[in-house]
Amino acid sequence: MARKQTLTKRISVTALAWLFSGAIFFPIYWMVITSFKTELAAFSTPPTFLFFDWTIENYETVQTRSNYLHHAMNSVILAGGSTLLALLIAIPAAWAMAFAPTDRTRGTLLWMLSTKMMPPVGVLVPIYLIYRDFGLLDSRIGLVILLCLGNLPIVIWMLFTYFKEIPKDILEAARMDGATVTKEIIYVLAPMSLPGIASTLLLNVILAWNEAFWTLNLTTSDAAPLTTFIASYSSPEGLFWAKLSAASTLAIAPILIIGWLSQRQLVRGLTFGAVK
Amino acid sequence: MSTRETRAVGRLLVAPSVILLFLWMIVPLALTIYFSLLRYDLLNPGMETFAGLDNYYWFLTDPAFSTALANTLMLVGAVLVITVVGGTLFALLLDQPVFGQKVLRLMVIAPFFVMPTVSALVWKNLLMHPVSGLFAWIANSLGLTPVDWFAEVPLLSVILIVAWQWLPFATLILLTALQSLDEEQKEAAEMDGAGAIPFFFYIVLPHLARPITVVILIETIFLLTVFAEIFVTTGGGPGLQTTNIAFLVYAQALLQYDVGGASAGGIVAVVLANIVAFFLVRIIGKNLEA
Repeated sequence: MARKQTLTKRISVTALAWLFSGAIFFPIYWMVITSFKTELAAFSTPPTFLFFDWTIENYETVQTRSNYLHHAMNSVILAGGSTLLALLIAIPAAWAMAFAPTDRTRGTLLWMLSTKMMPPVGVLVPIYLIYRDFGLLDSRIGLVILLCLGNLPIVIWMLFTYFKEIPKDILEAARMDGATVTKEIIYVLAPMSLPGIASTLLLNVILAWNEAFWTLNLTTSDAAPLTTFIASYSSPEGLFWAKLSAASTLAIAPILIIGWLSQRQLVRGLTFGAVK
Repeated sequence: MSTRETRAVGRLLVAPSVILLFLWMIVPLALTIYFSLLRYDLLNPGMETFAGLDNYYWFLTDPAFSTALANTLMLVGAVLVITVVGGTLFALLLDQPVFGQKVLRLMVIAPFFVMPTVSALVWKNLLMHPVSGLFAWIANSLGLTPVDWFAEVPLLSVILIVAWQWLPFATLILLTALQSLDEEQKEAAEMDGAGAIPFFFYIVLPHLARPITVVILIETIFLLTVFAEIFVTTGGGPGLQTTNIAFLVYAQALLQYDVGGASAGGIVAVVLANIVAFFLVRIIGKNLEA
């Protein structure tokens, strides 16, 4: 509400906003801070907020003792692989539905959306048994396929809403100017659709990176991404808070940055275009 | 404007997606229904016998089911109330001209990007630990008795963690919707001398009705299947106090090896989700000009 405000009012509203937002952000801040403490300091009360002996030993321990990089690599492969595969399948489909819609396009789109509504637990048993029989349990390829299919409806939908906004007239104008189909794609369509494809890619990397139903149920070590790796801290031995914090900080940092960069596109992607 | 030729090409381009999604949906779902009609023990393969609707009978009459259903509804309901009310308030606050608005926005949406296993374990240990957690220290400093969160109020603890993860989602969407509120409408209301409270109830809230509905429906779809947060913190316990439908089905299948019973539970979960999905798809469909 852009009402005329006095400076004092603005300052008090600002203080209120910072207080509440700070409270929401606090657990993340606290996790990052704890990752730089010794285990003893992390566990001791009263807690220290800034003035303690900063150390990076936890980050070293996380790598040497538990092979953090192996799991990070799995996360990159699962999130990246499933997203690229989904884009490969979805771009032609979204493209066709946006540029040459038929009577059935609307129904097809809504049906695709409805597949996303199926709770994963409803198909856990058959997927588990099929994967066991085909030796796909704890395999990267198995998880890539699963995450790809799980996110495919969102990918198609996001791409569709972006492609839909490319004005069709521009194609006719290009054609009038004598552009061939190849030139049309390279010089007109590609530049106009790249931003949409890029934000779709980012959102799906985020979703796949944080996916924790299939990864927890179907991976144990070889293909285990960071979600499963972090879950192993739920039954630890001895003091582990600082190491948990260090591993967690590393696990969320890349996705937090991607999320911050793509926050505007998120709304559209996560609501299937219902809120822009 | 599409000719017969482009339509044929179009079908060809859409086909892979449709076929894959069809397979992905139909094959496992058909198998789940099939298994749900069998007496099937994962430890004794090859001994399956036809059981009719027995599995459904046992699953639905098991006291664990009613507990899990109640926990699921409680979890979904409580998180929805917290995130929608909190999200609306946050959106209104961040829509004000405050100093550092952009930074605040980044801070508020951050929890949404934290993977579920991280947020659950960080909350459980660093914040909610009954002796060394930060909440215990705050309680002690105020002269109160610290709460042993996961022993005394396990479901509430899970609710708080999940609500923290979804509050940013509600805030971000409602804030986006708020910013599309017409500037002229705001000025007109101001000219008419409308106070802040009538302005909120007659202009802002009706404008937010649709986005709030979308938030509720989308969150419900995801909240019905909360799993990782329970898996790493309580394992459904103590007792069944934090077991929801999703976790019950998981436990039945992979801890008790009862494939038939778990499949019946899975189908129950699908039916529940479909009731919500029905309304969501209709709302989104209304908005779609294809």
